[in-house]
Amino acid sequence: MELYAPVLVLGAIGAAFVVVSMVVGSIAGPKRYNRAKLQAYECGIEPTPQPAGGGRFTIKYYLTAMLFIVFDIEIIFLYPWAVHFDELGLFGLIAMVLFLVNVSIAYAYEWRRGGLEWE
Amino acid sequence: MITETSSVPAAVLSAPTITEQAPHIDYWLLSPLLVVFGAAVLGVLFEALVPQARRRALQLGLALAATAAAFVLTVLQGGSIPAGEAGTTLALGSVAVDRVALFLQGTILVLAFISLLLIAENRRGESAFAAQAATVPGSEEERSHILAGSQHTEVYPLVLFAVLGMQLFTAANDFLTMFIALEVMSLPLYLLCGLARRRRLFSQEAAVKYFLLGAFSSAFFLFGIALVYGYAGSVNFARVSEAIDAGGASLFEDGSGEPLLLIGIALIGVGLLFKVGAVPFHNWKPDVYQGAPTPITALMASCTLVAAFGALLRVFYTAFGASVDQWRPMLWTVAILTMVLAAVVAVTQRDIKRLLAYSSVVHAGFMLTAVVAASPEGLAGAMFYLAAYGFTTIGAFAIVTLVRTHENGPEAGELAQWAGLGRTSPLLAGSLALFLLAFAGIPLTSGFIGKFAVFEAAMAAGATPLVVVGVLSSAVTAFFYVRIIVLMFFSEPAETGPTVIRAGGLTGSAIAVGVAATFLLGVFPSPVLDNLVPQPSEEAAEPAVATADGFTR
Repeated sequence: MELYAPVLVLGAIGAAFVVVSMVVGSIAGPKRYNRAKLQAYECGIEPTPQPAGGGRFTIKYYLTAMLFIVFDIEIIFLYPWAVHFDELGLFGLIAMVLFLVNVSIAYAYEWRRGGLEWE
Repeated sequence: MITETSSVPAAVLSAPTITEQAPHIDYWLLSPLLVVFGAAVLGVLFEALVPQARRRALQLGLALAATAAAFVLTVLQGGSIPAGEAGTTLALGSVAVDRVALFLQGTILVLAFISLLLIAENRRGESAFAAQAATVPGSEEERSHILAGSQHTEVYPLVLFAVLGMQLFTAANDFLTMFIALEVMSLPLYLLCGLARRRRLFSQEAAVKYFLLGAFSSAFFLFGIALVYGYAGSVNFARVSEAIDAGGASLFEDGSGEPLLLIGIALIGVGLLFKVGAVPFHNWKPDVYQGAPTPITALMASCTLVAAFGALLRVFYTAFGASVDQWRPMLWTVAILTMVLAAVVAVTQRDIKRLLAYSSVVHAGFMLTAVVAASPEGLAGAMFYLAAYGFTTIGAFAIVTLVRTHENGPEAGELAQWAGLGRTSPLLAGSLALFLLAFAGIPLTSGFIGKFAVFEAAMAAGATPLVVVGVLSSAVTAFFYVRIIVLMFFSEPAETGPTVIRAGGLTGSAIAVGVAATFLLGVFPSPVLDNLVPQPSEEAAEPAVATADGFTR
């Protein structure tokens, strides 16, 4: 049980922090609303009111997000290789080049199929 | 537990031997996978660079050539394993190349080849796949894409990626590789499920369900891996097995790590049983099988099942083979639940695709009895069963694609509409009758031999109650298979009877191969079966626990 005591205490502190700061904020904070403040805290497109036709988000956002993932994955594997670049030698270099080629094929596909054209 | 951290030997933490030396990788042994992967990547490039009009023929040729070439390479490797040896592992012990893996990979490649024929079927420029899946169903945009004759030729590279995942899934020899394979296999399938040309919302619903449930089960699988790693100090199957023999990594000298192992086995079991579709993790199967384009359903019902069972067998025979007494009751329960519940629910089904889905769940239950047996005979029986069932199920789904509500209409799923089909199109109904008899396990079909093999193995391993349940469940399932046959041959054709469209060459050959394999494996099973069962002289007095079973360690 004493094993879990620190975890429980940490959880309690975390919960208390949320409750206290929200209560104090709602009591003590000034409330001067304007248009920007009343909007939902989101970037990109307006989440409300839903556009006509069931509110489909335009596919462009997903394409950009997927492009981001392609490069994100790339960096995840590039970083450890960069750290141990010299020990991995030629084998590591060839493996990495092959990996980069494969990643850029996904990129080439998106580019050729018009995924990069915003309008 | 944590209080003992002071005594953690350094050896535990360094157990997974990751060195900075470049590993030696035998690319020849990896070549069947590399061929499929290369073709898939090339397929993506074709999508990017080749004009639309020429893509379909190119992609289809590439996909068929790649699966065929990979099959030949797999067979060659099977021949190059010296007699008396199980096989070898490569890439730091992460991929196994042994008879079991090669047999299952070969099966997957053949079944994928036949599925590709179904996938490629094109009637007057109309395939089973949406013209443009990104358009809103029923919209003006969708119509214009249909009129323009757009096609999703991405289907072929996606299928190849899925097949690559399946090949690796059966050969993965550590949990991380297996997880990667699981995802490589599943992600394209999620996508393919949502591409149906007709009833598109239904298809998209199936894809979303499959994706959410699949992601959920992957999380279970991963959590299980983490716990087993905590127990064994390695994700490699051979190391895990050694750790179980030794009572856990040296971190757990007093055997206190057992809960970690047991929970880990259970969670990994959940992940794998989900892919297999065993009760209580079967709920996705009817919905997804019904909603997905029928050629993709055929691919999933055959290849994915083979891959999932291959992984299940390998994990439970090699990694967890030493704790067979712990997991046997769990799989025993799952097998009984699967055979009983799915058979009972299947009786109430009114849709042919849902019925075949439940039938697939019941068959998974039968094959689980072979896993419970945990013997070389059980392994051989399961492998034969998988191959036999794969051919039969592709044939059955191929027939489903041909029975439409009307010319140019969607598939006639309602079983009531199938009444009297035996009189209007006897050849088609006859083939389906053969497949259904094989599902039911009637002698002279491959289904009988498969069932006999797994039940015999389970009997030998002392799981007689399980076999009794299996036989009873077979009787229940035989009831609804025979009911369809009676419906087709002995009832009057319905007023609003379905239209049977002429089978194109591609679908026709898929059905023909299904009929031939179902019949041949049922009448002459020995060439295949004898090669799978290890010769009794080699391991005479072995206990009926996974020991010398054809898996490499």
